[in-house]
Amino acid sequence: MYPFKYQKAATVRGAVSLLKKAEEPKLLAGGHTLLPTMKQRLASPKTLIDLSAAGLSGIEQKGRSIVIGAMTTHAEVANSPVVQQAIPALAKLAGHIGDPQVRHRGTIGGSVANNDPAADYPAALMALGAVVHTSKRKIPAEEFFAGMFSTALDEDEIITKVAFPIPSKAAYVKFPNPASRYAIVGVFVAKKGSNVRVAVTGAGSNGVFRHEAMEQALAKRFNPKSLEGIATPAADMNGDIHASADYRAHLVGVIARRAVAAATA
Amino acid sequence: MPTVTLTVNGRSVTADVDSRTLLVQMLRETLHLTGTHVGCDTSQCGACVVHVDGKAVKSCTTLAVQCDGASVVTIEGLAQDGKLHPMQEAFREHHGLQCGFCTPGMIMSAVDIVNRKGIVDEATIREELEGNICRCTGYHNIVRAVEAGAKAMVSGTPVRQAAE
Ligand SMILES: Cc1cc2nc3c(=O)[nH]c(=O)nc-3n(C[C@H](O)[C@H](O)[C@H](O)COP(=O)(O)OP(=O)(O)OC[C@H]3O[C@@H](n4cnc5c(N)ncnc54)[C@H](O)[C@@H]3O)c2cc1C
Ligand code: FES
Ligand code: FES
Repeated sequence: MYPFKYQKAATVRGAVSLLKKAEEPKLLAGGHTLLPTMKQRLASPKTLIDLSAAGLSGIEQKGRSIVIGAMTTHAEVANSPVVQQAIPALAKLAGHIGDPQVRHRGTIGGSVANNDPAADYPAALMALGAVVHTSKRKIPAEEFFAGMFSTALDEDEIITKVAFPIPSKAAYVKFPNPASRYAIVGVFVAKKGSNVRVAVTGAGSNGVFRHEAMEQALAKRFNPKSLEGIATPAADMNGDIHASADYRAHLVGVIARRAVAAATA
Repeated sequence: MPTVTLTVNGRSVTADVDSRTLLVQMLRETLHLTGTHVGCDTSQCGACVVHVDGKAVKSCTTLAVQCDGASVVTIEGLAQDGKLHPMQEAFREHHGLQCGFCTPGMIMSAVDIVNRKGIVDEATIREELEGNICRCTGYHNIVRAVEAGAKAMVSGTPVRQAAE
């Protein structure tokens, strides 16, 4: 790691003003993506602004939404009775990120801001139609994720919370990389009234995406059988040492059927 | 240099450290608590697991400055009055180690599992040990040790007696 100056922000406003004036700043949440990247010298911020004391953690139900503070850890989401009751699929997703130690430190804000193409949360945000609240504005998930490792966030913008509308049915199934537990393919399906959304993470060559052909078929009949014969073009898939593009395209179909089955079980 | 104050194994310690100092470096190099190991240094293996404010974390992926004011428990903090912690005793009794390199992290994770979940079955133990890698044992005896250690922790009955 290259040297940096460490600063702890006491409020979101304080963090924003540090972001604006500090030299080459970067926000620090759980550090479970950022610190490994800094160790490899792939990132070398001159200032780290720690958000842990900025009052950004917590979970509450507001009307028909579950609102989760950016600094809430994966373990807190997984174990929250509020989340377990309202969106069990989301609690389950959080409970299968990495391992217990990663879940004790990693946060939803860090995961969403990082937008790793193999991360789990982006699929939940897209399928549930979540809204990302920031220090400046509210951004619908669809506009927030802007391709691999890139988001709509400005340089001086901080995620404060994520609001998830409560679906009538939902499930997330992940085919994890056996070593890292990141998704090789992860599919989140959600049904709210007659509206069905299917979001795929881990597979797409441009990060998380919605599978519209599947959504249309499932809107007619919400059943795994409705997905039979729906192809996923391999040309749009990522291929790497973990899985080829063809294999990922095939897995999207398999995992989506399992997710619909789990949502209707 | 930032000043970091921690309560380590019940004792308050203060040190001036570079911002870059990882928690594991502060424990090993500043405080000479070398029971916490570094296996991978990339947050995969779990050899560096310690408890920060009661939660198991990988100390190779945590800055010391992030822990300012926190209470840290390391493997050295488990034994009380010269008596091994029930989980340590269970690892000894069930031969849950060979070279011992992964053991401090395994035991700190195991104690965390029991703190969170109480008595646990084999499947849960295997799933919960996801973040701890052992190159020697094949895990079988580690899982048996955690099972026995969990029972001893929860019931307060010593492992040896329980094993007989
Ligand atoms: C061994 C291991 C296994 C893992 N397995 C999985 C897995 O299976 N699935 C999965 O999804 N993830 C996995 N992860 C990633 C993990 O979930 C990370 O914790 C997460 O991606 C980043 O969250 P963080 O809080 O650690 O963020 P940090 O590392 O602190 O920050 C990540 C980035 O987000 C920015 N940032 C942080 N908070 C904010 C904010 N509030 N507003 C704006 N920008 C912000 C930071 O500046 C930084 O660029 C794994 C990580 C490890 C080490
Ligand atoms: S040394 Fe920390 S996880 Fe391997
Ligand atoms: S006993 Fe040797 S690594 Fe586990």
